[in-house]
Amino acid sequence: MVTCIRASVEAICDRHDNARLRLIDILRDVQEEFRCVSEESIAVIAKALQISPGQVTSTVSFYSFFSIEPVGTVIRLCDDIIDRFHGGDAVLAAFEQALGISCGQSTADGTITLQATPCIGMSDQAPAALIDDTVFTRLTPDSARKLARELQEGRKPTDLVEELGDGNNSDDLVQAMVQNHIRQAGPVLLTPQTPGSSLKKTLGLTPAEVIRNVKTARLRGRGGAGFPTGMKWEFTARAPGERRFLVCNADEGEPGTFKDRVLLTEYPDTLIEGMTIGGFAIGAEEGIIYLRAEYAYLARFLEARLQARRNAGLLGSNILGRAGFTFDIRIQLGAGAYICGEESALLNSCEGLRGDPRTRPPFPAQKGYLGCPTSVNNVETLCCVARIMDESPAWFAAQGSTQSAGTKLLSISGDCKLPGVYEVPFGISLREVLALAGASDVGAVQVGGPSGAMVGEDALDRKICFDDLATGGSLMVFSKSRDLLEVVEAFLQFFVDESCGYCTPCRVGNQLLLQLVQKVRAGVATAADLEQLSDLAETVKMTSRCGLGQTSPNPVVSTLANFHELYAGRIANAINGREPSFDLAAAIAESAALAGRGEQERGE
Amino acid sequence: MEQTLEFTIDGLPVTAAPGETIMAAADAAGIYIPRLCAMKGLSPFGACRLCTVLVDGRSQSACTQPAAAGMVVENDTEQLQGFRKNLIDMLFVEGNHFCMACEKSGNCELQALAYRFGILAPKYQYQFPQREIDASHPDVLLDRNRCILCARCVRASQELDGKEIAGFVGRGGEKHLAASSGCGFVGTDVAADDAALAACPVGALLRKRVGFSTPIGQRKYDHQPIGCEKELRPEKSSTTSDVQKGVAS
Repeated sequence: MVTCIRASVEAICDRHDNARLRLIDILRDVQEEFRCVSEESIAVIAKALQISPGQVTSTVSFYSFFSIEPVGTVIRLCDDIIDRFHGGDAVLAAFEQALGISCGQSTADGTITLQATPCIGMSDQAPAALIDDTVFTRLTPDSARKLARELQEGRKPTDLVEELGDGNNSDDLVQAMVQNHIRQAGPVLLTPQTPGSSLKKTLGLTPAEVIRNVKTARLRGRGGAGFPTGMKWEFTARAPGERRFLVCNADEGEPGTFKDRVLLTEYPDTLIEGMTIGGFAIGAEEGIIYLRAEYAYLARFLEARLQARRNAGLLGSNILGRAGFTFDIRIQLGAGAYICGEESALLNSCEGLRGDPRTRPPFPAQKGYLGCPTSVNNVETLCCVARIMDESPAWFAAQGSTQSAGTKLLSISGDCKLPGVYEVPFGISLREVLALAGASDVGAVQVGGPSGAMVGEDALDRKICFDDLATGGSLMVFSKSRDLLEVVEAFLQFFVDESCGYCTPCRVGNQLLLQLVQKVRAGVATAADLEQLSDLAETVKMTSRCGLGQTSPNPVVSTLANFHELYAGRIANAINGREPSFDLAAAIAESAALAGRGEQERGE
Repeated sequence: MEQTLEFTIDGLPVTAAPGETIMAAADAAGIYIPRLCAMKGLSPFGACRLCTVLVDGRSQSACTQPAAAGMVVENDTEQLQGFRKNLIDMLFVEGNHFCMACEKSGNCELQALAYRFGILAPKYQYQFPQREIDASHPDVLLDRNRCILCARCVRASQELDGKEIAGFVGRGGEKHLAASSGCGFVGTDVAADDAALAACPVGALLRKRVGFSTPIGQRKYDHQPIGCEKELRPEKSSTTSDVQKGVAS
């Protein structure tokens, strides 16, 4: 057995050229074949890659999809707040009961493992789960019990999909029950396009002219930060370096966003074309699509699209017959880590390392992938590029508002009649958006995911754009009956789980914020706790090393500002001069247990 | 002649060589910026965040941010010292730090910073984590209860000792230091006189059998607050606490 594992792991390492950079791919393959990356496998990989076992363990232990202990077929039930508000807890209970295990455990025979996972990009069809790589949506306790039974019978997850979704979700290479839920198409993105058209027009220009066009179009990054794309490309093109890279950030991990999933499913050619144009503009010959592990079900389909474009002369060497214009793309699958959506963490992950963000400066445009100038752009941004080149910069700039050109894809989920993807012009009011989605009972809207802001009724006339309500696309609607502090707690728990742990404020501060909010919810927090909450939130925001920690206190900050009564209404006063959080009975019971004075004395 | 650039820290004019960090320039100018993970001779890491300063109004870590001509840096302000106090507090409650029983007491940078900032007890809730000790090596001990994940040992081992004795395992609150061998320090080529051990600012990575050898009164921070060695006019600092001044006098 020992030699057998060694030989197989060595073969996997060989298949990836024993390359340190391919460590994530190697670990994914080992995990898939052996259902774990055991200490033994780690030793073999370390030897093959000529690195220390510690370096391998460091990467293995960072990503949720790798495990040192063996797992079975993994049911990863999404425990995002949207899923939980739409029956997720009952689905979890059904899985637990049918399998006879608790969340986080494996069945006695080791064949099935049940885990909770953060948002898998299916909030519009919640509750959802991944079973290995296969997506199951709109789960009910009944369908959960049925899935559990079928898995126990030894059936493969891929065979359990009964009804396929719309569009390319039914493609032979996808075969997913996922629905696109395109509720409102717009002129820029969700519109029919001809592969190759924008690329042909691009090749009539110089790289500098392409960058100028992207600037004229006033395109800003769609991932959330809103950095001007043309400027990013110019920095990358001008930075000294032998090689350059263009990386597409398809690590759509912000809870409540799923619009990139729809673009990847229905408009892969537009994306690849945008990347190719980007490669031409910045002088890159290599591109990477960093695809989140949760979207692995799209990998084969995307590989096929890449191959089809190579065959059509739209990708590879001498693209469209243009001598010397070479650009090709590889897909890098992630392994379960929200932080890898941060561009420098994403680059580390592409290099087979832990997904720790890098120290900046240098910025990726100066020193990115392999230390070379690299532009990292969001899926939607790159699709916009293709459309700008196909139509015109002026056409694009004429859409939307003055400061925010173009349209924006919104992923709307939660308490509304029509959850799904909407293409809207920038500058649209929140009220109009909610009306489109059929949200009539609105207690609060989380704009931009957990790292964004929670706003209430008084914000309905605010505009969706970079200068007002900025969003990477996530819009979660909460009705008046929802406990918003439960939402805040869930978001903080998410950040605690997803912090990389590199810097003090994010690693420790988020944990403390979570505990304080739990104290408020339990009704045992004092006014002093609220002051501490606010002071701590400010410290975490101001001192954290990357965007995760700089935005993770936002659920607290925005609810303290917009929904202060949530907190004020639950403040407790001192009980007999004691802190209300001090439970005298529990403390006595604990000390009695420690002293070995148990039930008999209390019974006396 | 090398070109120098000029900027200000709390209004005082400071010069720096191109590429030099704000912290290095501050040190040279006799201005103390609190720090734990930064150490002279090691590459910057930017993890503890104690050296957070405002650069033209934006927060940056002074140990990683290169100085630029004309930048306006704020360092000794009530807001920033408040953040630093909170960060020190966080490190205390995150681990299990019992100064009175620790052989690093008096030489510990975390303890010294707490005194400098007037922290007598943390205000945050203790986390009381369960952490394992690695005592596998005959001469070296890792007590993770006191580790603050500053990576000084990791960097010193690579950059000064030419070894790779340890790295980080796990994510978020689970992140911890582990020997690179995968089977404890006994499996590594660590030696008791490695720079990696001397680099530990707290009592986490220790040489065995030499604890408590320095009498009280002769330890590093028994007479002067941490940072005084860098300051031209330490008595002016807003953070040298009354507690620490009492000890010093």
